[in-house]
Amino acid sequence: MKQSLLGLENLTAEQINNILSHASEMKKVVLSDNKKITNLQGKTVVNLFYENSTRTRTSFELAAKYMGANAANITSSGSSVEKGETLIDTAETLNAMGTDILVMRHSMSGAPNVIEPLVDASVINAGDGMHEHPTQALLDMLTMIEHKGHIEGLKVAIIGDVYHSRVVRSNIYGLKKLGAEVTLGGPATLMAKDIDKMGVKTFNNVQEAIIDADVVMALRIQLERQKKGLFPSIREYFKFFGIDESRLKLAKPDAIVMHPGPVNRGVELSSTVIDGDRSVITQQVTSGVAVRMAVMDMLINGGF
Amino acid sequence: MKLLIKNGHVIDPANGIDEVTDVYINNGEIAEIGKNDDLAGVEMQIIDADGKIVAPGLVDMHVHLREPGQEYKETIETGTLAAVYGGVTSVACMPNTEPVCDNETVVRFIKERAKETGYANVFPVGAVSKGLEGKFLAEIGDMVFSGAVAITDDGHPVENAALMRRAMQYSDMFDITVISHCEDMSLGEGDMNEGAVASELGLRGISPSAEEVMASRDILLAENLGCRVHIAHISTKGTVELVRQAKKRGVKVTCETCPHYFSLTDEACRGYNTNAKMNPPLRTAEDVLAIKEGLKDGTIDCIVTDHAPHHPDEKQCEFGYAKNGIVGLETSLGLGIKNLVNEGYLTMNQLIEKMSKNPSEILGIAKGTLSVGRSADIVIFDPESEWTVDTSKLHSKSKNSPFDGFRLYGKPEYVIVNGNIVINSGELMK
Repeated sequence: MKQSLLGLENLTAEQINNILSHASEMKKVVLSDNKKITNLQGKTVVNLFYENSTRTRTSFELAAKYMGANAANITSSGSSVEKGETLIDTAETLNAMGTDILVMRHSMSGAPNVIEPLVDASVINAGDGMHEHPTQALLDMLTMIEHKGHIEGLKVAIIGDVYHSRVVRSNIYGLKKLGAEVTLGGPATLMAKDIDKMGVKTFNNVQEAIIDADVVMALRIQLERQKKGLFPSIREYFKFFGIDESRLKLAKPDAIVMHPGPVNRGVELSSTVIDGDRSVITQQVTSGVAVRMAVMDMLINGGF
Repeated sequence: MKLLIKNGHVIDPANGIDEVTDVYINNGEIAEIGKNDDLAGVEMQIIDADGKIVAPGLVDMHVHLREPGQEYKETIETGTLAAVYGGVTSVACMPNTEPVCDNETVVRFIKERAKETGYANVFPVGAVSKGLEGKFLAEIGDMVFSGAVAITDDGHPVENAALMRRAMQYSDMFDITVISHCEDMSLGEGDMNEGAVASELGLRGISPSAEEVMASRDILLAENLGCRVHIAHISTKGTVELVRQAKKRGVKVTCETCPHYFSLTDEACRGYNTNAKMNPPLRTAEDVLAIKEGLKDGTIDCIVTDHAPHHPDEKQCEFGYAKNGIVGLETSLGLGIKNLVNEGYLTMNQLIEKMSKNPSEILGIAKGTLSVGRSADIVIFDPESEWTVDTSKLHSKSKNSPFDGFRLYGKPEYVIVNGNIVINSGELMK
């Protein structure tokens, strides 16, 4: 039976650990001179992206190609999506072309859940609306393990636009399953009501959220949220919720700084923090390719 | 035609009848209620209603029949067919058709089509504003004189308070009620109830304030004017309390809720179940309890379905893109019995009252009673007989119901409309 990765909600801790340890192996391939293995030779991976994305789409595409798969990209402009074709019809069309893995990003929460039962291909959720972005959380956890050696017992502070963030939800599921403590910080207007029922603590005062953190993760602020009136100005956002060197001092001395990217410099993080020695943002990107290789390999060849 | 319904438990809240007796129908009208030995020997059709409830046909004052304009979802024929299968003999249909029911011509068209194709009585509800655009009053007087029984902009709430105020003043002259779908649109943008489930699913939450802010406004407008207002499909604890307090002050406010608001919570949205997507959205267990309490203490006058048929393509899609609403005509009585009567919130008499007498009075239509001389609209059901909802077998053209597989009680066995048996032993009469 085919398997899919729609989110971390329904994975066990053991499954997550298996993916992470396989991803560590894959990272060696990514960092090697000869980035070519044959695990997905003859397989077809289609990236179906209904939202703009450079890094995630490229990451999936390279992950597929490093493993020898055929990879095709479809973005919402210039395809049948623009002609008004429904999601279900598009997915069934791609399925009929012999797709083995359908990687999908969509602006609507739950969109991959709609098509997964209708296609033979394995589906990987590359981000659905405000719901989940499982490979992002997996790459975040891989990066944490590389720096901290483990997830269990870590205190992870996630700061920013919690309401709209699929990264935060996947990280909560994954980190909690592996035994980390998660605190969220951000303005009340960007907090999700009753999200503490997912087993996290929430703070509007960012300092309180960061205290003694092992990991400080800032979330991207979509600048158009300011135009919708969810916060007064970029300037004020940074003043109260941005992470600069003085706020970072509240975290543990060896805390690492993460961001799913792309970063708005001087908004979520100060440039000195981004470029400082605590920042692991570029390593997250490398981990991303490795995690996506691991997930695709395990979905097709077993072990998921 | 003469028809005698024998030995049923007759419940007629309007006339204070709640006993085992007979109902005699002659020439389409209720001729007599009670045991009459003189009828022995008269040739007539007899329905043995022993062990069953005999009640006025149900009146659903909030139904979308979709005709004219969206016949791919429902027609007056299929919608009223679903109605009679659910024991509903009269429906008031909402004006968001294409063209909008905002003038005499469309009102007359709906009544004509109902006469030609309908299985139940159809009472059109006109629009408050031309084109449901919330700008200019529709020709309310003309619509009333051609048969409209109330006005509302339903799914397009009247945002302009001055327009709503004038609508109340103007419709008061014609002795009809303004029905208000309470939703402050600036707060209403979202997919489901705001709360833990929405936060987990990453769906945009709709705060209870969206409903309560406008309910407050319309109650205050009605209070100030001394006019009537009817609050549609109440879903929150806060709105129940607003209406309760307003009624205590003597405001002429009435209100309705739907079976889904006392049967389901926002948990039903899990799995991105678009059949649980509606507006107002399904709320929390606390709200469900408040709705039941509001029904029990009389704050909530009516139970309506907000029957909202949608094509499968409009529901089998991304949750955020799915249309709001569910079909409800064939499950409303069963949900009322199961979740209100059997749980002790309402007596059967009170349930019948909220599903027939009260909506008829709010609309000012001669329905919802078994009074002698009235045209005979009757539903007969066994409240103890259990049945299972199979949405694929619903008679509505659309099957968008969240109640598939639910075990309910009291599927109508006989339904009589204007003295004619339409449903006989649970099946449509040929």
